Amino acid sequence: MAIIEIKNLTYTYPGASKPSIHDVSLKVEKGEFVLITGPSGCGKTTLCRCFNGLVPHFYQGEIKGEVTVAGINVFEHHTYEMAKHVGLVFQNPENQLFALSIEKDVAFGLENVGVSREEMRKKVDWALNQTGISDIREQSPHEISGGQQQRVAIAAVLAMEPDIIVLDEPTSFLDPLSAEKIFEVIYKLNKEQGITVILVEHRLDLTAKYANHLVVMDEGTVRLEGDPRQILSNEETRLIGVGIPKATLLYQMLKKEGFNLGDKTPLSSEELADQILEALSPR
Amino acid sequence: MIEAENVHFSYPSKVEALKGISLTIKDGEFVAIMGQNGAGKSTFVKHFNGLLKPSVGTVKVDGVETTKSSVAALARNVGFVFQNPDHQLFSETVEDEIAFALKNFGFEQHVIEERVTWALNLLSLSQYRKTSPFLLSGGERKRVALASVLAWDPKTLILDEPTIGQDHEQKEKLQQFIMQMQAQGKTVVTVTHDVEFVAECNPRVVLMKEGRIVADGEGKEILTDPAMLELSSIVLPQIAQVFTRLSSLGLPKDIIDLYEAKTLLLKAKEKTSR
Repeated sequence: MAIIEIKNLTYTYPGASKPSIHDVSLKVEKGEFVLITGPSGCGKTTLCRCFNGLVPHFYQGEIKGEVTVAGINVFEHHTYEMAKHVGLVFQNPENQLFALSIEKDVAFGLENVGVSREEMRKKVDWALNQTGISDIREQSPHEISGGQQQRVAIAAVLAMEPDIIVLDEPTSFLDPLSAEKIFEVIYKLNKEQGITVILVEHRLDLTAKYANHLVVMDEGTVRLEGDPRQILSNEETRLIGVGIPKATLLYQMLKKEGFNLGDKTPLSSEELADQILEALSPR
Repeated sequence: MIEAENVHFSYPSKVEALKGISLTIKDGEFVAIMGQNGAGKSTFVKHFNGLLKPSVGTVKVDGVETTKSSVAALARNVGFVFQNPDHQLFSETVEDEIAFALKNFGFEQHVIEERVTWALNLLSLSQYRKTSPFLLSGGERKRVALASVLAWDPKTLILDEPTIGQDHEQKEKLQQFIMQMQAQGKTVVTVTHDVEFVAECNPRVVLMKEGRIVADGEGKEILTDPAMLELSSIVLPQIAQVFTRLSSLGLPKDIIDLYEAKTLLLKAKEKTSR
């Protein structure tokens, strides 16, 4: 069942001379891990704002087409109604945090939907644990590092246990190991809880291996979408300016030189190393 | 030349962010300072243009102690591009933003116009000349912040996390640009988490942890040392990850370059098929 369905969506910000999203149609199945990528300014962030109705309710502007999320027509319902279904984590965590303590920031969404105190404590504890910030829960979100702030923003969304989590470059301020840990958390939520994940990222080196649906956007349109292995082997993807993971690139370069490592395009260093070992180990 | 000697620094909250750092950066060097969140990287580089002054120890820029010079005087030679562009941008148009420092430094009007146009072109921002920086995307705002510093042509450039939010093409441009700066004999210091970017540029790498320097050397050497990197919350670049797993084939582990990797693997294949 499609949990998100977008039909012929065109959207123009107020005062903008041309649309940011141009005739986009996209279907996301429940439980998918979708990776959206494309050059800066291609409309990725704007598209994410459509999933919970920030576009058009908050940003206004001119909109055509249809967006259905969890069976609800987004344009006909308020953003707060969508919040139960869609959690959004933004690029810059500073824009999202406001409470006096980290704990309170994480609990804020739950307070708004009227969860009992006991239930709230459980959910907040769980979200703080998942993101590794339990020990700093009493601190103010404004005196911690940018990386830690991003974890708070993710925890606040996790606590709501939404059907869909939309993350717009959620780890750009994190050091690589912390970023990897966050991606692992998101991946686990996707695998174990069946939460649909939509991740916007430039750095496919870090994220391609988690995705089972890759969307490449360019100039407000969806140019390519489907199985990540196929999309990343498509020459067009590279020409649009998508950064192909180094392991995938190396596989392609070797293939061009006549060293064929099989049909499966690798998405991670582990996969590529296994393929090389298979080909070069003495039998 | 930047010389830091036994630099300690504590924030007013008494947190000691730097615990005795000594480092010399020569003219024309390209240095990447890496390490985990909160290691003190940004705090350290803010000493290079006098934004912060050491609590103990000294920082000298071209032989002059930063405590004996004003931030304005230091800024002419040491340009600083912040991690978060919103801490830096304030003008009504992109053009005004870039012209601002040039006006303050007292450049003549025709020079200002020339430099603004040059910087806009360099960072693919010409179409936004009359736009408010706040209407641009995060990646674009970051480029405006960079353009506004490059415009006054400082001798040393400090880039705090320059690749955040940048797409592949912009990263490649940034890399070319840094190479160009180096060819002109300029010094570039970048604070970054982006291992793939560092693997491609191959600068001198300084690794920090909890206010101290724990490693200093060639990128190829430091970025292929898993134990050292884990200590600093950094992961191996993808090519190095592949070669770590190929040790049973007798291939070297310290590989970070894509083309070197290709050559080695083609040779290994030739050997086995013989």
